[in-house]
Amino acid sequence: MAEPQLPFAITLGPGSSRSDLTGSWRTERATYVTRQAPCGNACPAGEAVRDWLYDAEEGDAGYERAWRRIVETNPFPAVMGRVCYHPCETSCNRGQLDESVGINSVERFLGDRAIELGWSLPAVAAPTGRRVLVVGAGPAGLSAAYHLVRLGHDVTVREAESRPGGMMRWGIPRYRLPRSVLDAEVQRILDLGVRLELGVRVDDLAGTMAAEHFDAVLVAIGAQVGRRAYIPAGSAAHVLDAVTVLHGIEAGERPLLGRRVAVYGGGNTAIDAARTARRLGAADALVVYRRTRERMPAHESEVQEAEEEGVRFRWLSTIGEVEESSIVVEQMELDETGFPQPTGRTEVLAADSVVLALGQESDLSLLTGIEQVDLARGVVHTSPTMMTGQPGIFAAGDVTPGDRSVTVAIGHGRVAAERIDVWLAGLAPAPEPPRELAAFDMLNTWYYEDAPRAHRPRLELVRRQSTFEEVVEGLDVDNALYEARRCMSCGTCLSCDNCVAVCPDNAVVSLGMPGSYAIDLDYCKGCGICVAECPCGAIEMVPEEI
Amino acid sequence: MTTTDLKLYQIGTFAAGNRLLDPDERSVQADPGRANAITSGHRACQGCGEALGARFVLDAAIRAAEGNIVTANATGCLEVFSTPYPESAWQLAWVHSLFGNVAAVASGIAAALKAQGREHIRVVAQAGDGGTVDIGLGCLSGMFERNDDVLFVCYDNQGYMNTGVQRSGATPPAARTATTKPVGVEPGNVFGQGKDLPRIAMAHEIPYVATATVADLRDLERKVEKAMSVHGARYLHVLVPCPLGWASASKDTIRLARLATQSGLFPVFEAEHGVVTATTPIRQRVPVEDYLTLQGRFAHLFGEPGRPDVVARIQAGADRNIVRYGLAAENEVVPHG
Repeated sequence: MAEPQLPFAITLGPGSSRSDLTGSWRTERATYVTRQAPCGNACPAGEAVRDWLYDAEEGDAGYERAWRRIVETNPFPAVMGRVCYHPCETSCNRGQLDESVGINSVERFLGDRAIELGWSLPAVAAPTGRRVLVVGAGPAGLSAAYHLVRLGHDVTVREAESRPGGMMRWGIPRYRLPRSVLDAEVQRILDLGVRLELGVRVDDLAGTMAAEHFDAVLVAIGAQVGRRAYIPAGSAAHVLDAVTVLHGIEAGERPLLGRRVAVYGGGNTAIDAARTARRLGAADALVVYRRTRERMPAHESEVQEAEEEGVRFRWLSTIGEVEESSIVVEQMELDETGFPQPTGRTEVLAADSVVLALGQESDLSLLTGIEQVDLARGVVHTSPTMMTGQPGIFAAGDVTPGDRSVTVAIGHGRVAAERIDVWLAGLAPAPEPPRELAAFDMLNTWYYEDAPRAHRPRLELVRRQSTFEEVVEGLDVDNALYEARRCMSCGTCLSCDNCVAVCPDNAVVSLGMPGSYAIDLDYCKGCGICVAECPCGAIEMVPEEI
Repeated sequence: MTTTDLKLYQIGTFAAGNRLLDPDERSVQADPGRANAITSGHRACQGCGEALGARFVLDAAIRAAEGNIVTANATGCLEVFSTPYPESAWQLAWVHSLFGNVAAVASGIAAALKAQGREHIRVVAQAGDGGTVDIGLGCLSGMFERNDDVLFVCYDNQGYMNTGVQRSGATPPAARTATTKPVGVEPGNVFGQGKDLPRIAMAHEIPYVATATVADLRDLERKVEKAMSVHGARYLHVLVPCPLGWASASKDTIRLARLATQSGLFPVFEAEHGVVTATTPIRQRVPVEDYLTLQGRFAHLFGEPGRPDVVARIQAGADRNIVRYGLAAENEVVPHG
């Protein structure tokens, strides 16, 4: 190569070092990666939480993009933003820094905005000609119907009740989930062309399938039968079950609970029943639970809200007898395995009624006669593909074993729809590629601004004790944007340009679009500074083959 | 709590750029059109802090001077790894000088430009700590005294690194170097010697003195811009960790610079005409051990039996800096003594 002609007294050409490919020194190379964020990993509904927060961080047009990303998996953002127990926040890496990101409140903000601005769900695919019956219009059934109709299937949902929503309507009180929100999100699904038949109970599934030629069925009938326990009770004793009480209120009844109400149980339904009793005018609502507060299955936030509203708790106690205006409670002790054991010490407490909240069971009579479906222990067992032992019959939601929540049910519905679609096509489900979790120690949290969490305001206490108005209020636009921007984008590039800046060898090249960078391997010496200084853990060092 | 403060941009201004910020609010280094004053192919070690510091400083200076810039470079690592004949990694007007005379060379360039009426061309002199605090101190002091229109940048890696890691007047106490072995009652470099050049520069009452590190790019770029906005003698002292001489992992270069500031060992401040005008408070205070244990040059202070007494003396020095420059974070109570 001819030497370039340099001006007088210039001995070395500018940038002539580039002929020295110092990348040959390298034993490890920097590589961009996308890791699984803990929020999305923990989401029972399978939302790509970090990805939609990324869109929401931009505000304005970003909000709709964020909402569209949510409804790729979950058609109920406004419901979920109210009733989900947000395992995403429990697992959020920011919780180890200051406080977890208020993901649930941002989701609610997006869900409410979608209803307010009338955003519609994505269009459905071309018809496949396959007919699917969904039994039950609860969160699992409606979620499945949504995904099935989007995939082009002809979907019929049969619901025994007079209105859709399942436990979202008949189990969760209005102060936690206003019905206008539920109705709006259900209607959006129906608008896609899902056929909903209300007040139709499916009693004989085998017969229905045969008579109406459904290609596949999803059993999503939930669990709405209150579990009873034998408690000696006098003839005048007033014992009800929580599911019936909550259902009755939604149907417009006002159950006669009296002034002093004892609720027996420690789950979220027990809390709902006690808080509802307060709103119905009970001066005293007492939750009796046989274990300790720490071991209570109800969520801490609900226990706190109940306490604020004047609900009292009696831990380590069982109800032994019920009389007309009193109950006998027995003090319990935890043994070394954590199981409550009776002590024989009893006490008589005043109570006009007892509401049992001891768990719920499913009415599985529609599956009788279908031998291949395993109904052991009162639940429908499925394979990981969500199909029962009988080909073509799938099950999802509370009717299957495992955690019972709206979020789990919505996730079940989506997975079941995907599996039904694959099964109808005669294919095997594609295995999920494993992805490495973006752990806290992969982040460089120095770069994140100090930003305490924005908390949602709550309704004033007086109104919470007497009305069914919604307790937890939403975030406004400013707070929602702030909260979204607290996301640390664990495991995904947030396009901060740090890698471009910190390379001593100029070996990181910005390709122009946000978040698109490349390593120039001609010059990358493999020092690893870009990895160490990447805020979100989206670069890793990979050994070179030598 | 100001939860509606929408200045929150996720990573705000701690990182180089941010997709949520307007391009003109991002750092020079985040600009795809940055000058890359020192470009790829230079032969600095993996993870060299000095190569990084020089690019940070000069790219910002080039932008501030709109490209009208000439730089004089003392002998040292920076000169050796950037210009092995017949190659040069520099992409600006650059002249090599001797180890000790770069301040004089830069003064001469500034005088020549003035004589030619080309004072819009700005002069930057750069040297390592050896060329600044030891060998070049006489010329530098003269440049300060005459208030020559030069920005002098010292890239402080705390020793003579390219010649084999010998002690300089900027090597910290107790550090192991080739000439301060970790043996005897007082292992490593001695306490109480060495030169604090930012304070020596302040004693000359020159218009602008500042310290910075490669760990705080925004702060460094802002100080270069400010230095370029004034005329006369200016001094910028940049801490640039050296994986070779400090016996640290190459990936830890920026982390070490950050820990030096967050422990109080390296105070970050600005001074005008001999008076401190601004300091960068510590954001996440750490004990000096966090900084020292990442470096092999302090390894003799740890383990069994270790030298907790020496570590305590280093900590006392950090605490003294925190009091002297008021580095304590807001709401933090600094114990006296």
